[in-house]
Amino acid sequence: MGGQFFRHFSFFSATLSFFLLVGIFAILFTYAQEALAEFGIDFLSADTWEADEDDEGGVFGGYIPIIGTLLSTFIAMVIAVPLAMGIAIFLTEVASENLAKPVSIAIELLAAIPSIIYGMWGLFYFAPIVQSIFGGNGVGLLTAGIVLAIMIIPFMAAITRDAMNTTPNILKESAYAMGATKFEVIKDVIMPYSKAGIIGSIILALGRALGETMAVAFLIGSVMSTVKHITDPTTSIPVLLANNFAEAQDLEMSAMYYLALILFVVSFIIISMAKFYFLGRKSAVK
Amino acid sequence: MRLKTLLAVVLLVSTSLTTIQADALKGRGASFPGPLYKAWTSEYYAETGKKINYTPTGSGDGVKSIKKRMVDFAGSDKPLKSKKLQKTKLYMFPSVIGSIVLAYNIDGIKDGELKLSRAAIDAIFSGKATHWDDQIITKDNPGLKLPHEPITTCVRADKSGTTFNFTYFLNQINPAFKVSKKPNWKAAKVVAGKSNSGVSANIRQIKNAIGYIEYSFKIKLGLPAAQIENKEGKFINPTVESFQDGATYATWTADNDFYAVIGDPKGATSYPIVAATFILLPIEKVEKNKEVTAFMEWAFSKGDKIASGLGYVPLPDSTKDEIRKYWESKKIK
Repeated sequence: MGGQFFRHFSFFSATLSFFLLVGIFAILFTYAQEALAEFGIDFLSADTWEADEDDEGGVFGGYIPIIGTLLSTFIAMVIAVPLAMGIAIFLTEVASENLAKPVSIAIELLAAIPSIIYGMWGLFYFAPIVQSIFGGNGVGLLTAGIVLAIMIIPFMAAITRDAMNTTPNILKESAYAMGATKFEVIKDVIMPYSKAGIIGSIILALGRALGETMAVAFLIGSVMSTVKHITDPTTSIPVLLANNFAEAQDLEMSAMYYLALILFVVSFIIISMAKFYFLGRKSAVK
Repeated sequence: MRLKTLLAVVLLVSTSLTTIQADALKGRGASFPGPLYKAWTSEYYAETGKKINYTPTGSGDGVKSIKKRMVDFAGSDKPLKSKKLQKTKLYMFPSVIGSIVLAYNIDGIKDGELKLSRAAIDAIFSGKATHWDDQIITKDNPGLKLPHEPITTCVRADKSGTTFNFTYFLNQINPAFKVSKKPNWKAAKVVAGKSNSGVSANIRQIKNAIGYIEYSFKIKLGLPAAQIENKEGKFINPTVESFQDGATYATWTADNDFYAVIGDPKGATSYPIVAATFILLPIEKVEKNKEVTAFMEWAFSKGDKIASGLGYVPLPDSTKDEIRKYWESKKIK
């Protein structure tokens, strides 16, 4: 009796997640229909977002939030990838056990901080620093990109460290025995061996940066304008959705579902790529 | 067995909770009068034991949810024209008057020291003046040392009734401004924040910024705000007295469901950026409407003190009487 119940329950739970995924996609697609029909593919290159006086129609284009999302993520990746690699190498190869342990724990704790805290910290403490160094308003693309980088570094570093730890000692020792320096071992043994895991961690972090809402909403400036300078305020897809969802109606609502659909598809592709790499890695170890 | 008992208890508790919830009147919409409605409803509950839940989600959301009949009443800072009210089967009347201030963050310039003429406000928000030492600003402030720094204008990221009322004022100065809940700003440096608190936070954080926020946020956060030139050419500090002076010039009539935007009033002592906020009721829900008007009647007769304490201006008595007549004529009193 109990076994039967448990079997049904676990089957239900397992299939539920699949139906949720398909269901969300279907809903996004259905609600986006009105905007898809109205704007089509031109939506991607139009840069106005303006509702009519009575909120029933308007002209909506996704160019600015799409570019804002891509640029802020790009800035974050440029900063985060080298730093996260450095942290992972330090923890696995350079640091002594006594140092590596507390640093590892600190990094895992950093990864658990809710994003709104990064947003508040960024706005009240970090934005003035960016303003004094780079000029501009303090809030804008650059500030959002840097804080995003800080948010994804711990995550990326933790996964990369785990991937690097899987390098068999025998491989490293053989390399040392042949007279390789530490740098050469890292470059020619550890990096190639854990390549898939590293790429996986980068792509997962990329997915997180793309969809990050709260911290970016605090820091990007939320202005519907194209960026001419790196410190200019602009907007991103999740930020635009969060700011306008409560007030939008009809066509504007549909245009936002269109944007959500774009983000959903892009994130889905990115995450499945990462999973593919991870799975490939695991079967290789076996 | 145990599990079943537990489930039964959970079910019982949740249904009884929902019945309690169903008794309370539900409202949502404009965030501009949010702090006041919160104070009014809790005082009303203390006196009468009747519970009213108001969620300050924004004017647009209020209109949307009352159209779909998701709530018993809605708040909106943007009045609806009678034709639209008929189409969507709604009643409307004003509840209270508030005001919008221009708050700034400039080193060495204290609260009320900066004077902004109508031309200067036009220049700042249209992008004609890009630096604080622009001649159009300095000429009214001979005693102040305005820096040669770029002006950052802080605006709303979400559609907002506050923006609607502020752009209405801008439109009175210069018809080139479009009255809108979310316009495309032409100023050189614009930073947007969500809701009054988001804009206030941006003003506080960004040096040489200026932005429009509701008066109670200026008080709560201690932000410095400018004197603004009114219709008669006088520079007026934002105070409850100057709001009251401005509010006396508002004219409302039940004939058009009190449709009126009261920004930029006459009078030498009037603060120019005042705004009313409105309540929307669904025509067909007579019994619920009576409960809402009973609450509003209580607010009109006993809530003035709470309103002024929070920086709002109660409606003039003549307008209140007009609204009471409106309720009687619609048989919802």
